[in-house]
Amino acid sequence: MESLIVFLPLIGALVAGFAGRAIGGHKGDLFAQIVSSGLLVISAILAWIVFVKVGILAEDPTDKAYTVELLRWVTVGNFSFDWALRIDTLTGVMLVVITTVSSLVHIYSIGYMHHDPSIPRFQAYLSLFTFMMLMLVTADNLVQMFFGWEGVGLASYLLIGFWYKKPSANAAAIKAFVVNRVGDFGFALGIFGVFVLTGSLSFDSVFNAIPGVVGDEANAVSFNFLWFTLSGQEAITTVCLLLFMGAMGKSAQLGLHTWLPDAMEGPTPVSALIHAATMVTAGVFMVCRLSPIFEYSETALMVVTFVGASTAFFAATIGLTQNDIKRVIAYSTCSQLGYMFFAAGVSAYPAAMFHLFTHAFFKALLFLGAGAVIHAVSDEQDMRKMGGLAPYIKKTMLMMWIGSLALSGVGIPGTSIGFAGFFSKDAILESAYAADTGIGRYAFWLGIAAAVMTAFYSWRLLWMTFHTPARGDEKVMAHVHESPNVMLVPLYVLAIGAVFAGVVFAPYFTGHHFQEFWGDSILILESHQALENSHHVPVWVKLLPLVVGIIGIFGAIWVYRGGLERGQSIGRFWGPFYQFSLNKWYFDELYDFLFVRPCFALGRLFWKRGDGSIIDGLGPDGVAKGTSVIAGRISLLQTGYLYHYAFAMLIGVVLLISFYLLAH
Amino acid sequence: MSEASFPLLSLTTFAPLVGALFVMIIRGTPEEVARNARWVAFVASVTTFLLSLLVLVNFDGSSAEFQLVEYQPWLESAGIGYKMGVDGISVWFVLLSTLLSPLCILASWRSIKIRVREYMIAFLVLETMMVGMFCALDMLVFYIFFEGVLLPMFLIIGVWGGGRRIYAAFKFFLYTLLGSILMLVAVIAMYFAAGHTTDIPTLMTTQFPRDMQMIIWLAFFASFAVKVPMWPVHTWLPDAHVEAPTAGSVILAGVLLKMGGYGFLRFSIPMMPLASDAYAPLVFALSCIAVVYTSLVALVQQDMKKLIAYSSIAHMGFVTAAIFSMNETAVAGSIIQMLSHGIVSGALFLCVGVVYDRLHTREIARYGGLATNMPRFALVFMLFTMASVGLPGTSGFVGEFLILYGAFEHNTYVAAFLATGMILGAAYMLYLYRRVVFGALTKDDVKAMLDMSPREIAIFVPLIILTLWMGIYPSTFLDPIEVSVTKLVENYDAALAAAQSGAALVTGQQ
Repeated sequence: MESLIVFLPLIGALVAGFAGRAIGGHKGDLFAQIVSSGLLVISAILAWIVFVKVGILAEDPTDKAYTVELLRWVTVGNFSFDWALRIDTLTGVMLVVITTVSSLVHIYSIGYMHHDPSIPRFQAYLSLFTFMMLMLVTADNLVQMFFGWEGVGLASYLLIGFWYKKPSANAAAIKAFVVNRVGDFGFALGIFGVFVLTGSLSFDSVFNAIPGVVGDEANAVSFNFLWFTLSGQEAITTVCLLLFMGAMGKSAQLGLHTWLPDAMEGPTPVSALIHAATMVTAGVFMVCRLSPIFEYSETALMVVTFVGASTAFFAATIGLTQNDIKRVIAYSTCSQLGYMFFAAGVSAYPAAMFHLFTHAFFKALLFLGAGAVIHAVSDEQDMRKMGGLAPYIKKTMLMMWIGSLALSGVGIPGTSIGFAGFFSKDAILESAYAADTGIGRYAFWLGIAAAVMTAFYSWRLLWMTFHTPARGDEKVMAHVHESPNVMLVPLYVLAIGAVFAGVVFAPYFTGHHFQEFWGDSILILESHQALENSHHVPVWVKLLPLVVGIIGIFGAIWVYRGGLERGQSIGRFWGPFYQFSLNKWYFDELYDFLFVRPCFALGRLFWKRGDGSIIDGLGPDGVAKGTSVIAGRISLLQTGYLYHYAFAMLIGVVLLISFYLLAH
Repeated sequence: MSEASFPLLSLTTFAPLVGALFVMIIRGTPEEVARNARWVAFVASVTTFLLSLLVLVNFDGSSAEFQLVEYQPWLESAGIGYKMGVDGISVWFVLLSTLLSPLCILASWRSIKIRVREYMIAFLVLETMMVGMFCALDMLVFYIFFEGVLLPMFLIIGVWGGGRRIYAAFKFFLYTLLGSILMLVAVIAMYFAAGHTTDIPTLMTTQFPRDMQMIIWLAFFASFAVKVPMWPVHTWLPDAHVEAPTAGSVILAGVLLKMGGYGFLRFSIPMMPLASDAYAPLVFALSCIAVVYTSLVALVQQDMKKLIAYSSIAHMGFVTAAIFSMNETAVAGSIIQMLSHGIVSGALFLCVGVVYDRLHTREIARYGGLATNMPRFALVFMLFTMASVGLPGTSGFVGEFLILYGAFEHNTYVAAFLATGMILGAAYMLYLYRRVVFGALTKDDVKAMLDMSPREIAIFVPLIILTLWMGIYPSTFLDPIEVSVTKLVENYDAALAAAQSGAALVTGQQ
């Protein structure tokens, strides 16, 4: 069954891609859509069965975590890793998230991509992505994880650049792949570090060996990394930081985030599936999966918290001023991923996973809703040209409202009434507070600040799109129409998730007995009790997220209730800050200046000067030239005059005789 | 060492030469000659491939010994014999050569129009030389084949090449010849030092004095480094690739570049372990420079073939660094990387050939938007681009990953430098792909290009299968390689340990 969950999407991808194309025309499109969506729905149903069995029903440790062996992969001496599927609660949660969102996105795409000429290709890419993502989360060793990790990168590259005729889409696709590779550079080195420390790559043996690496100072395994000699604790910290570099790339954390907003060049269903619900959360999943390593390094956890909290804040500030509807949601995703990371950083892994779980529903809902909006206004994405859509697309508007309420974390503290984000975000903020460390407090306050902004930009988006006076031209406005049911039904399903995922699953994910649910899939050391203590934080900590959320919501409504003018004048008043936010803290310009241009300049220098002038100039060309010059000189000697030759001979004879006389 | 009852290796080696003889006697009108020459060459190379499969079937992967050994006394009084044999390392290179040859002949089917008969003869002779070189177990036999490869390749570039073919052919020839001459001197020195023998297995067990190793290592290095090619003696490769016809580039990248790496594994490491250990930092430095330097150069290329040529240099930088890391993982990785690169870069050059045959230009800017009218090509090119980038699941990953780990274990600086190649590699390959395949289809001549024909697809199918096979289940290849590599590494470590204890003994006595 586990193999079916993983491989059905692959079969779907191949069949949809090749057969769909071979059949061709409308029939081929339909065939591709039905096959790929159908197989994913089956996969999703199976995934839920596995999730319930492993996460909720299973009591026995052997049922809570097991491995399905598939095929040998690489064995060279001790360095070996296989293809295998590891199933435990952590995997189960991811399986459910991936297959559910993916199947809904597959179905939604039938409507959204209706006019596209390359439907089989699109469906095939979506299914291929799903397969890679499933390989990532079911990996039982670091290398298979890396396989899925790069595989989703490939799918993401293909889907961002799906509309390959657009230069901006191509640029964004390359950027996504290359920036992710920068992260993978760290990931790969981290994997090697793990192997050097523990002598294994499979999770079980690595996790068993890690306490030994730290514990035994006397015979600690040590290794040299660049100019450092590391042992025990330091070694683990280094390895964790390298691995985390990979997570930062994939999950678009501060510094390696620049690809995510550009990735919005891809079709909107892609943004919902890959760049909101699943792929970008792979970094969070990785940190949780490797909690048995990260737990042993306080420093690494601090870095994770710091990066997460900073990203949550930084991305939210950018989200405030963006005008492209998808970019607002993209920065929001970036910011929410920051929340998940700082939750993991304070060892509240279940809270991080819980937010990942709920976020998948409401963020996919928001993206698909935004897609429906874009669909309604003839592919316009600039919110400044929208407005006044509320009367025309009521159902979509309702869905966007639900998504925004869930994202802003609206609910009544102390009761079990609330949208999904309310439960998960509060669990994170409370854990950060309850961690009772300096860095925990840093995360808590930045998280609160980000929560205000989250609410603000969500309602800014709602008002600019739906409730301000219409700014679109007549032709567009005349065309505004509600999406077909094939697009709306997936929205309804996600909306159910956005409303109820929190209240239903909170007791399992982060409740008092969360250990029973997670089993051994997540390790939290005795000394890290943030999540346990989060149930006993002061009342004001519980209330604060809601209060700031409401402030953000009403702030946005106040600013945008009459149109864009007040927002613009505020923007002018805060000139430099506004520009700083609007231009995304100038990261792209900085990287262009620091990396992209120098690389090209160096390349040209090495090519023209290095290879051309120096190596060839002194080497083959120089030698050839030198030879012909010398030959020319020598040929000058052959003048043809007899007395020249006679003179040369005379000198030769004199020299010979002198030599003969001197030698004797 | 098991003697073969049947001279299978010789048969494999010389089958193409027999084919060449048949091509030579073809008579008739020019069209008939061309057609028959193509078919005879194709049949001969396919036969050779089938024979090489027989070699594989008869090869015992669990043994590290030389197998299918043949011996014929030749210059008996001088201790020189004709000796052939394969181990877990060379057998794969034999197969790589015999696999790529028929594909190359298929790829030349339409693109070579003049002097077809002579072209086919050159190609078949080239195949004999390559196979013979990988099978040779006698230093002199090896040297003859090793140099013999040069001649047909020189002709293929010089006669059927592009505009600057003469310059490129001479540059290629001079560079490689210079190295070879130094190597010949070293071979002679070894012949005398080892007691009048050129038998490779014997030389492998001979312990040469350290000072002598230090000198002959350099002589061999001069030859192999040019072949690999290592920075800074790499500048012949881009020119040779650019001017060579497609099939020439495929063999150049696919097999000829592997001669250097194979040479290091067969001669430098086992015969001169002390010198190899001493010079390893030099190799690391040159390899690291090569990876970063040539990757950056590849980024700014405007010529497709030049770009792939520079990427080959970067990939071979991985290989050389790995070989001198001298642990099992790295060396096994280097062999997988060489095989993978042989297939992948060969396929990439074939991809260039596909579009070159249609538009007759290698300039990247002339293309764009091929995904629209050549979707099959776009898919194939994407697959090999990804394999070149080292995406897991393709052959490129397995080699790269093993190499990086092996290097990491030996020296993390080297690993960190090599790993930057991962990033830059993605940048230049995707940038190439974007400019050729993506974008709007606006140029009229590009619009008129047709998708791949069945013949062209047939060329790629075996390469696609192998790329995925080596990526998903590399054990088929790795298991026999590992056996031979383990022996290589053990002998190397033993030699170093012996030298160390010897040195300790000497100091102890003083």
